[in-house]
Amino acid sequence: MVVDSTIERHTIAVLVDNEAGVLARVIGLFSGRGYNIESLTVAETDTADAISRITVVTSGTPQIIEQIKAQLNRLVPVHRVVDLTAEGANVERELALVKVAGKGDKRVEALRIADIFRARAIDSTNESFVFEISGATEKLNAFIDLMVPLGLVDVSRTGVVAIARGKSAL
Amino acid sequence: MADQQMNGSEIIIKALVNEGVDTIFGYPGGAVLPIYDAIFQQNQLKHVLVRQEGGAVHMAEGYARSTGKVGCVLVTSGPGATNAVTGLTDALMDSIPIVCLTGQVPTHLIGNDAFQEADTTGITRPCTKHNYLVKDIADLPRIMHEAFYVARSGRPGPVVVDLPKDILMAMGTYKNLTQVEHKTYQPRLKAEKNEIEKAVAMIAAAKKPLFYCGGGVINSGLKASKQLDRLIKLTGAPVTLTLMGLGAYPATDKQFLGMLGMHGTYEANLAMHDADLIVAVGARFDDRVTGRLNAFAPNSKKIHIDIDPSSINKNVVVDLPVVGDVGTILDQMLRAWKAKGLKTNQKALKAWWKQIDEWRERDCLKYNQTGTVIKPQYAIERLYEATKDRDCYITTEVGQHQMWAAQYYKFDEPKRWMTSGGLGTMGYGLPAAIGVQVAHPESLVVDISGEASFLMNMQEMSTAVQARAPVKVFITNNQYMGMVRQWQELMHGSRYSESYTDALPDLVKLAEACHWVGLRATKADEVDDVIQEMISIDRPVIADIWVDQKENCFPMIPSGAAHNEMLLGPDDEAEQSGSEEGMVLV
Repeated sequence: MVVDSTIERHTIAVLVDNEAGVLARVIGLFSGRGYNIESLTVAETDTADAISRITVVTSGTPQIIEQIKAQLNRLVPVHRVVDLTAEGANVERELALVKVAGKGDKRVEALRIADIFRARAIDSTNESFVFEISGATEKLNAFIDLMVPLGLVDVSRTGVVAIARGKSAL
Repeated sequence: MADQQMNGSEIIIKALVNEGVDTIFGYPGGAVLPIYDAIFQQNQLKHVLVRQEGGAVHMAEGYARSTGKVGCVLVTSGPGATNAVTGLTDALMDSIPIVCLTGQVPTHLIGNDAFQEADTTGITRPCTKHNYLVKDIADLPRIMHEAFYVARSGRPGPVVVDLPKDILMAMGTYKNLTQVEHKTYQPRLKAEKNEIEKAVAMIAAAKKPLFYCGGGVINSGLKASKQLDRLIKLTGAPVTLTLMGLGAYPATDKQFLGMLGMHGTYEANLAMHDADLIVAVGARFDDRVTGRLNAFAPNSKKIHIDIDPSSINKNVVVDLPVVGDVGTILDQMLRAWKAKGLKTNQKALKAWWKQIDEWRERDCLKYNQTGTVIKPQYAIERLYEATKDRDCYITTEVGQHQMWAAQYYKFDEPKRWMTSGGLGTMGYGLPAAIGVQVAHPESLVVDISGEASFLMNMQEMSTAVQARAPVKVFITNNQYMGMVRQWQELMHGSRYSESYTDALPDLVKLAEACHWVGLRATKADEVDDVIQEMISIDRPVIADIWVDQKENCFPMIPSGAAHNEMLLGPDDEAEQSGSEEGMVLV
């Protein structure tokens, strides 16, 4: 059979038992087998059953993506692996905190652009702002790029979280 | 039965006994002394004292592979656990069910660089199927039983349970939880009806079918081999086995083409190359089997039956994946075949067999035993002739002798052949043989060995004596790391860099020093007598067989070559040196 060698970007949601070492298992699987991690987020989403949701953005050929899902599924504490990209429409969001330091016109310009991007200033001093911005990864990248000449000094990003559209749960 | 109060060590013993464990291979140390104290005070569990923890895991592997049960290991913290890592990796690669209990420093000292502390769960995470660190005595019964469930269910593998010393001494309540209902790990056993129907229809329609079967058949149990036998007979198709699968189908049957792959037979590899349908059963398209991937079985459709979904489409993209237990699926296929009254294409099959018989006429395993120098192939073939009618188990080390054993020793039953396939661990054979012998005290157990591999774990000779395990180590001694030398000839201009062992011990004297019996054959006409004597002695024996130092292992698909680019002997080797691409491969 013909092997497809195009590289695809997939967002995969993994439900795991929130137990010691589970994140190390997932990360070790990616590094040990040479898979890419573009972004990875994790937090407990079901406190009653102690289940965490890991959202991992990865890239590879269709064969590699299939392998990644199969390998994740093989880990003992994994409940479910869902390829959100393959399953249909989904929404992806990332949140960033962006610190910009400066005075005068640059400061005004930073505020103006923040307004265009619907970023909120959540901290302010005479010489700095901290903006909170959420959206698709590309939007965040664009905002951060624009802040560079205006005095960007620090960025903290959450990585991608994603959820399928429509009424059904994972 | 009421829940019983006892300490952690007693809970562990209780759980082991309830899991049907009768033997545990181990080595004591500070962190596991409470378990050893509990072992001392009971008589349901036999402990085999090893000489190095690496040996313990291989023994448990031999025990597991020859019995179909979970092998059990007990080692101390720190170096005890790190010494076990090679064996754990070996068991992971070859899908062998092992539960390895490791001692750990007490919970309040974890992370403090305490004496004999190692991050055992961290170190063993990539080389186990799963691992546990027990931090609360209340979790201990559940984790013990879950460890056995995970080790033996689905695709089997090694599981580590790391046990801090304070947990071993804490009082707790034992609950018998042998019936595990695991919330996340529930491997699928049965295939969908439409998958089965597609599979049997593809087999019936094939003109040049070939069954390619591996260790998954053996892991699935004796029933799987029986069902495979039925399906092969019913379809009239040829069958080849991987190194791990030898014995899953009788080697003396005429539908068996021999092992395939790098040192497989001419007929098996050419049949793989020319087949129009490959039915992979419990095999994983390993690089030793496929050769160059873009030239692998180019004109075939492929069905892949495997219990591990991650084996599907990993190396080779297949047309029909069927995920589930091999024995169950073969059973489903047999029923579907009969229910549909399927018939094979007799005319096409006849032509296919004619082609295969022509390949067979090349007699690719022939060798010349002339003169007094012993050919290693001859030694192994004579060993086979002398032991084939006995209740016999064979283990091997890793290298040329391993491949010759796979080629010349014909296994007609599963679970008789123990070899390190995936990891290729030199030093596996002697401890594995001891593990087999402990499980089968009345049987003949022979480790077909090379002198270099043997030296890697020869400390276990002492274990064999103490455990009263009369294993036989049959050493094809050529004073070289033969397979390394063979690759140096093929790929590196015969520059024998560090592949010759000077200063070997006198193996006969070594045997005597260790309370074994040492025998030696240096001429071809001595081989049979040495084998007979070896078999007749009810003690551990080294048979030191001095073989032709320059003999190489053929047929061979050089790395980076395709199935139809085999070297059949030294003359081919002279003509065709390895490719640049092949050199970077292992």
